[in-house]
Amino acid sequence: MAEYRFFADGFEERVSDYLSNKPEADVELEFAVPEKDFNTAGKGSSELKNLLKRLGVDSEILRRIAVASYEAEINVAAHSQGGVMKSAVHDELIHVSFIDSGPGIGDIEQAMVPGFSTADDLVRELGFGAGLGLPNIKKNSDAMRIVSQEGGSTTLEFLIFF
Amino acid sequence: MMKLANYMAAIDGTNHTPAIDPEEIEILGAYVSDMLSDVMGSAKPDQVWITIMKHLNVIAVASMTGVPAIILAKGNVPDAAVCDKALEESICIISSKLSTFELSGILYSMLKA
Ligand SMILES: Nc1ncnc2c1ncn2[C@@H]1O[C@H](COP(=O)(O)OP(=O)(O)OP(=O)(O)O)[C@@H](O)[C@H]1O
Ligand SMILES: [Mg+2]
Repeated sequence: MAEYRFFADGFEERVSDYLSNKPEADVELEFAVPEKDFNTAGKGSSELKNLLKRLGVDSEILRRIAVASYEAEINVAAHSQGGVMKSAVHDELIHVSFIDSGPGIGDIEQAMVPGFSTADDLVRELGFGAGLGLPNIKKNSDAMRIVSQEGGSTTLEFLIFF
Repeated sequence: MMKLANYMAAIDGTNHTPAIDPEEIEILGAYVSDMLSDVMGSAKPDQVWITIMKHLNVIAVASMTGVPAIILAKGNVPDAAVCDKALEESICIISSKLSTFELSGILYSMLKA
């Protein structure tokens, strides 16, 4: 099992406070993300964006959440056998997790390199496959974590403070 | 800042989302790419997106990125379902016969003027 962690400058402490307090979420959402269905993939991110907009989240922060979430959702549809997207909205942050049913990422460091992609022809035809999704998630989040096992499931989660 | 309507006239564009008024959209530039994650990583909310891609995910990408308008090059015309989705997301779709090169050059010189 391999793990990758990232904290944006100055966020490590806030993130560990959140993780150790394990506060209850104000709102939780869950969406299925089926394999290779690029019309369903994106629904979760779109609903989440609409909810946060109604809650009055700042537009630049909303944009960062929407991009990170959509990239992760598309990755589940494009590269895995499908999974779920779970969002937990708290007072001061959002925590979004994507759990799929495999086949896992063998080398996470390599997957994080801008330009690295194993996308198939169907995915590339749609204009995905630049190898920029994971770097975009990292760029837009305050904390990010990937846990994966070759041949097993991948979990990607990110936190963004409001 | 420039009105999208002025640019639409300069490229002889057709608005496929007529319920959205290009007079009301102000732009500062464009991002030109057909790779969706490249757009999500670099396009900005005050830019139009110039591309030849016209399927449903393109609307989702524009919506997530906050791009107000998509300019389809080389006479590409979107399906009705794509136009409906764009309207729902308040994204203007304009198509033009010109190439991405010409579309970029025209916008560049209008913004520099
Ligand atoms: N959920 C996942 N399961 C298995 N492999 C994954 C998963 N997410 C990403 N990967 C692997 O990591 C690579 C890089 O992902 P990334 O999102 O950066 O690029 P991409 O999806 O290939 O292209 P783009 O996101 O630019 O459209 C993928 O090509 C794939 O090999
Ligand atoms: Mg990706």
